[in-house]
Amino acid sequence: MVEELLIRNGVVYDPINGVNGEKKDICIRDGKVVEEVRNPKVIDAEGRVVMPGGVDIHAHIAGGKVNAGRLFRPEDGRKGREAKTKVCRAQSGYSVPNTFATGYRYAKMGYTFVMEAAMPPLAARHTHEEIVDIPILDNAALPLIDNNWMTMEYVKSGDTDLLAAYIAWMVKATKGYGVKVVNPGGTEAWAWAKNCDLNDAVPYFDVTPAEIVKGLAEATEKFEMPHSIHVHGNMLGHPGNYEVTTSTYDLVKGIKPYRDRPTMHATHTQFHSYGGTTWADFESKAGAIADYVNKNEHVSIDLGSVILGDTTTMTADGPMEYSLYQITGRKWTNHDVELETGSGITPFLYSGKVSVHTIQWAIGQELALLIKDPWKLALTTDHPNAGPFIGYPIIISMLMSKRRRDESAEDMHSAIYKRAELPSIDREYDLNEIAIITRGMAAKTLGLHEHGKGHLGVGADGDVAIYDLSPEEREAGKIQKAFLNTKYTIKGGEVVVKDGEVVAAPAGKTYFVTPECDEKLTEEMMTHLKDKFEHYYSVTFNNYPVQDAYVPNPYEIKAPWRS
Amino acid sequence: MVEITDVVCSLCGCVCDDIVVEVEDNNVTKVKKGACSVGKSKLMGHGRIESPAIRENGSLKDCSYDDAIKKAAEILAAARRPLLYGWSSTVCEADKVGVELAEEIGAVIDNTASVCHGPSVLAIQDVGLPSCTLGEVKNRADLVIYWGANPAAAHANHMKRYSYISKGYWTAEGKKNKKLIVVDVRRTATAKMADVFLQIEQGKDYLVFSALRAMLYGYEDVVPEVVGGVSKKDLLETVRMMKEAKFGIIFFGMGVTHTGARHNNIVNAIQTTRAAHTHTKFNIMPMRGHYNVAGINQVCTWETGYPFAVDLSRGYAWYNPGEHSATDLLIRRECDVALFIASDPGAHFPGESIRHLAKIPVIQIDPFPNPTTEFADVVIPAAISGIEAEGNVYRMDNIPIRLRKLVDTEYMADEEILERILGEVRAIKEKEGE
Repeated sequence: MVEELLIRNGVVYDPINGVNGEKKDICIRDGKVVEEVRNPKVIDAEGRVVMPGGVDIHAHIAGGKVNAGRLFRPEDGRKGREAKTKVCRAQSGYSVPNTFATGYRYAKMGYTFVMEAAMPPLAARHTHEEIVDIPILDNAALPLIDNNWMTMEYVKSGDTDLLAAYIAWMVKATKGYGVKVVNPGGTEAWAWAKNCDLNDAVPYFDVTPAEIVKGLAEATEKFEMPHSIHVHGNMLGHPGNYEVTTSTYDLVKGIKPYRDRPTMHATHTQFHSYGGTTWADFESKAGAIADYVNKNEHVSIDLGSVILGDTTTMTADGPMEYSLYQITGRKWTNHDVELETGSGITPFLYSGKVSVHTIQWAIGQELALLIKDPWKLALTTDHPNAGPFIGYPIIISMLMSKRRRDESAEDMHSAIYKRAELPSIDREYDLNEIAIITRGMAAKTLGLHEHGKGHLGVGADGDVAIYDLSPEEREAGKIQKAFLNTKYTIKGGEVVVKDGEVVAAPAGKTYFVTPECDEKLTEEMMTHLKDKFEHYYSVTFNNYPVQDAYVPNPYEIKAPWRS
Repeated sequence: MVEITDVVCSLCGCVCDDIVVEVEDNNVTKVKKGACSVGKSKLMGHGRIESPAIRENGSLKDCSYDDAIKKAAEILAAARRPLLYGWSSTVCEADKVGVELAEEIGAVIDNTASVCHGPSVLAIQDVGLPSCTLGEVKNRADLVIYWGANPAAAHANHMKRYSYISKGYWTAEGKKNKKLIVVDVRRTATAKMADVFLQIEQGKDYLVFSALRAMLYGYEDVVPEVVGGVSKKDLLETVRMMKEAKFGIIFFGMGVTHTGARHNNIVNAIQTTRAAHTHTKFNIMPMRGHYNVAGINQVCTWETGYPFAVDLSRGYAWYNPGEHSATDLLIRRECDVALFIASDPGAHFPGESIRHLAKIPVIQIDPFPNPTTEFADVVIPAAISGIEAEGNVYRMDNIPIRLRKLVDTEYMADEEILERILGEVRAIKEKEGE
């Protein structure tokens, strides 16, 4: 039976197709947007705001460290509990919600795609097992390929083609989407309780983080990869790190991307935009970062904007989490992963009464307001690091309302007036810009717009969010409320949320990339790789790759070698 | 005859995955490489539950799968305070159905960690866990400490594959590059291999951890001449070795989780690790017993928010170990139905809880007969995961590995049995709803 849906009388914001607040009907047949429908079910949007399903470019929602966060924070579990319903499984958690709650809550905010931002390759099966249990959301995951011994050895020997062959094998073996970089070299150093700055030599490997980033960018661009390298740089969270950040951006400046997209996506930039030399003279350098991004085309960013309150921080940047734990003295979990990566987890409270947290809070929003072109940035909180994703509507309301920002600043530490720029910025986002930073930009940067995500052009996935919001609404509170719970969320043509309640919970698709590498090159790389399995890994080569059973709803994107 | 390589062992938390077996006429006929003697014995097969059965007039009578599943579903659908327990010696795919079944009938779902490393979980919830994968230990560790654990007997391949005897990148000469410290109340087989053996008095782990921790933080002066039966001189030597190591690891077992201060022992062990970490790289890891006890903790956590002792009677997950962990529930005679899967409470639970089990309907799902079978009212045989059924498991360091299927079987896999029970339960409830 043909399933047809007509969304009538909506005010549509579809920036990828240049649709900016037009009264327009959306027709969906068999899950896809079409020109016209004949005998549809009709939803009357009654002049409300209509956008494509949201696309989150960077969040930690599934896998070993997310679950370690849940496990060691039963106090967080208690915060979000909701009983099962006929449609929904039982829910728990706030900053580390259980898998089911993760899917429902994103869907209620109108999101239909989320990128899991850090998948340790050796534990990739775990990430996929959890993803299967996240309802509704289409998804993908980025494997960590930067602290890997194979990567560092090829960077050292300068064998970019072999590095590309390794990347190809790794992305395929993990059913991953691209190349994730987290504190390159620093996480390997953390295996000896050390860390690396951008130009330090990694202990025993005799390469620098800068060389790793450059090598990975060059090797990644040998394929028609939908997404560039996705980088969490060195010295995250350290006062004065903004120069490391711009130096990292500079590394990939001359590298030509395979298509019209940046060569580096720099994630949770708020954590990398710090001035000062200690926590005492800590200040915002969002202006300097925004200036760089405004002048250059090779870098895209996401915000990592702070939500005040308690959260659970987690990253493959093991030494950073240790530093954070030393500051707070709260509980700390660490999990180093052989030959590849590591991770750390510690709870954290962002308080508006603390000068540093207040400045951090300002920086995330400053980046959004000082970077002129919204196509260069995506809204994230680096969930749950700067705050849980459920806080996105708060950020949206701040960006759209200078008044709300000013009122909030009044209740916060006075440092915001001395060591941040936010109070002096007048810019306010409009709904089209919000649509760009919550779906359009992420879909384009991930290359997913070519696969039906993030827009409502003919052929796109029938993923639609209808917000209970008039385009003229300016009251921040109402904007926030509308973006938290949609009037309707439609996923693949099926209504999954109605009036803020989940009414259906279909399984999402998992997008993964298959880089296609020359056989001879692969063969040569394989001799080195098999030696690693023979001698150093604790699992066998044949038991390593993620089996098809772990990805029951696959969507494959091929990435041919660039001729 | 077919040779199968990369076979994954479904016995203990080591989850060795480099085993080679020969299969002939749908039987494992030879284990050629990789398995320890216990793992080998499991792979070669032994006595099992042959037929589904329902207890009638005191004795088990063979029946069909359909009848046993129907009976189990009737019992569960009528239960007011059901307990679903076990889950550690089966695959995650089955565990997931278990959580769903628990939600459906408002059960308490608990797993063997409850009577095993449950105290370790409580400690982790208090202070966290600085740890790593076993390959990290293999490649880097120059100091290995086993505390209240005897891998030579209980995790026979642990030292060879991952720790003291293994060879890795910075440990190319194996144990020549490493030191071994064993802390135990008696001179175990593992202790006999140690460079330093600290024989402590029963129940004094907490004191000894405290002394080491004080010394690691520079407070040698507060430590008395003898602590828990160990001389200050030996403690100082241990601390020297810890500080001088490039990469140290503490593996701890039941000897620490179930003596004296229980979870406080583990809190102290973790805090000792953190103290050592102020000098050098130091990690700590529980020696998980069953091959997938880490896995049920993982599944239960991502699905409910909590790793064990989860009460779903409210419709959402409620977590309070000690109130509704399996033995507490049974000793209070609170639950009216129990389902046991892939575990043997009959052999491992306190007598008082067994006495209650004798009075209530008990359902058992297991490939093998054990003391629990003696009082089970419905017995459902299952395929042996890792031999007759595939699926995901988590090694003691939380690394997921897929068990392989080696031979065909007529027996149903745990996952299918549970799915069918869940389907029957839903059908019964729907009918009642009408």
